[in-house]
Amino acid sequence: MDPELRREIIVDHYQNPINKGLIIDDTYLKANTNNESCIDNITVMAKIEDGRFMDIRFDGEACAISTSATSIMIHLCLNKTVEEVEELMAEYEKMLNEEEYQQEKLNELIVYEDIYKQPNRKKCAFLPFDSLKKIIKQYKERGQ
Amino acid sequence: MNREDFPILKNDFIYFDNGATTLKPKCVVDALDDYYLTYTANAHRGDYDNSQKVDMMYEEVRKKVTQLIHNQDPREIVFTYGTTDSLNMITFGFMEPHLKKGDEVLLTKAEHASNVLPWLELVKKIGIVVRYIPLTSDNQVTIENIEKVITQNTKVISIAHVTNVIGDIRPVKEIGALCKKNNIYFVVDGAQSVPHLPVNVDESNIDFLAFSAHKMLGPTGVGVLYGKLDLLEKMKPTRFGGGMNSDFEADGIVEYKSVPTCFEAGTPPIAGVIGLGKAIDYLLKIGMDNIHKYELELKEYLLLRLKEIPNVIVYNPKSTGGIVAFNLDKVFSQDTAVFLNQFSICVRAGNHCAKILKDELKIKNTCRISFYLYNTKEEIDRLIDVLKKSDQIFKIIL
Ligand SMILES: Cc1ncc(COP(=O)(O)O)c(C=O)c1O
Repeated sequence: MDPELRREIIVDHYQNPINKGLIIDDTYLKANTNNESCIDNITVMAKIEDGRFMDIRFDGEACAISTSATSIMIHLCLNKTVEEVEELMAEYEKMLNEEEYQQEKLNELIVYEDIYKQPNRKKCAFLPFDSLKKIIKQYKERGQ
Repeated sequence: MNREDFPILKNDFIYFDNGATTLKPKCVVDALDDYYLTYTANAHRGDYDNSQKVDMMYEEVRKKVTQLIHNQDPREIVFTYGTTDSLNMITFGFMEPHLKKGDEVLLTKAEHASNVLPWLELVKKIGIVVRYIPLTSDNQVTIENIEKVITQNTKVISIAHVTNVIGDIRPVKEIGALCKKNNIYFVVDGAQSVPHLPVNVDESNIDFLAFSAHKMLGPTGVGVLYGKLDLLEKMKPTRFGGGMNSDFEADGIVEYKSVPTCFEAGTPPIAGVIGLGKAIDYLLKIGMDNIHKYELELKEYLLLRLKEIPNVIVYNPKSTGGIVAFNLDKVFSQDTAVFLNQFSICVRAGNHCAKILKDELKIKNTCRISFYLYNTKEEIDRLIDVLKKSDQIFKIIL
């Protein structure tokens, strides 16, 4: 990917993230993940109805990578089904782990294709998905 | 100063993370090598020459520590695995048996996790009460503020001499006197003070002091617990095993060795202790006063030069230790650290294990520059040159 374009996408999502700010609504599921470096702190909340992500919001203080990845995640997962999101996540994880992956499935997330070169930032790039995983787990445990 | 003594400095990098751990001079590493390559033996165990030499070297370091912290009696020096270990021994070995439900321990919100979490355990275990000394608007501890929170139930004050986030130096001498007057145990976390300035446990009436060798040019895995002799004699060992007992029977009757050996169960970090001794020799030769003065000079120079960069926010301009906590406006601290790393400048980003300080500072994460004797003004100049490019930060880190 062209570095200039990549930078532009990341900075844009970092500085103008989608759906930043939490709301009070207990029909949402919520999860917080602290990066193991104990710096990034992002809370994600999502409303899943009939197996579909109707709304996803976040808040927190985090680095450019984590914040932009959260924003991109929200952008890509809104209105998707849980299965579709799980598929996206699996593909994304493959990319971060330098395994074979289907680039066309990842959309804007390919901006992090080189992040494996900085192992300490890989965690940042996956951070929002850790929260989303927890939310999906909660959703399934509720048996809805 | 003394850069030629640190082989690692031949590499082209700038190390500003001395609060986390320090670089090592060759003489310290040589002392470890010497033990491992020419006279390896256990301590306190053998009748052969090398074993006796080890014994002597190991015990000699206790005396060196007394010189460093100005107490008189080497029996008051216990070797541990670090500050965290020492603080745990104080909390669970001494305080747990001596405190009771409702007794109050005063901490501050700027303390390192190692000086908070053991106490919070005692809250759960025996029902002590932890209270926080209010900090002034520039995050200092003052006698007036301590007096405001002391009650009849206050039994312990446990604070860092110098904090690791903002580097303010607490008035330990006055606090020590206050503790004496009010019959309060005075526990001092010396992790960031013993390496950087003169510490005098007698003059400051310090009951217990904890510090780590690795933050003062020494090896990792070794620390010191200083305790007043009469208190150590009342402290319970928290680790049991070889080396600390003088006799035991199958029926459970055990006799422990005397202070300080009863607290050093198992084979101690022998090489580490010997390395610590070398580090102390090295520091005392330069003089703790000189080290402190030099770091302050660096700090003042950095503050002066940071004024050239409009988007820098400094959180602790008034503190008098060699630490500067800052952020670039609208940039997350970790991004700043990653940016500086691109220019081989090592700084620490985060909350520095002082997670509750955010209540006071109103900011969770900072970049921290912490100096030591081998840092220079030229390094600061290089940092400033790099920070001047910080408008390009995303170009560089993304
Ligand atoms: C003030 C303070 N206390 C305690 C510690 C813990 O020291 P150690 O990790 O060596 O046990 C540190 C080190 O980070 C510190 O800065």
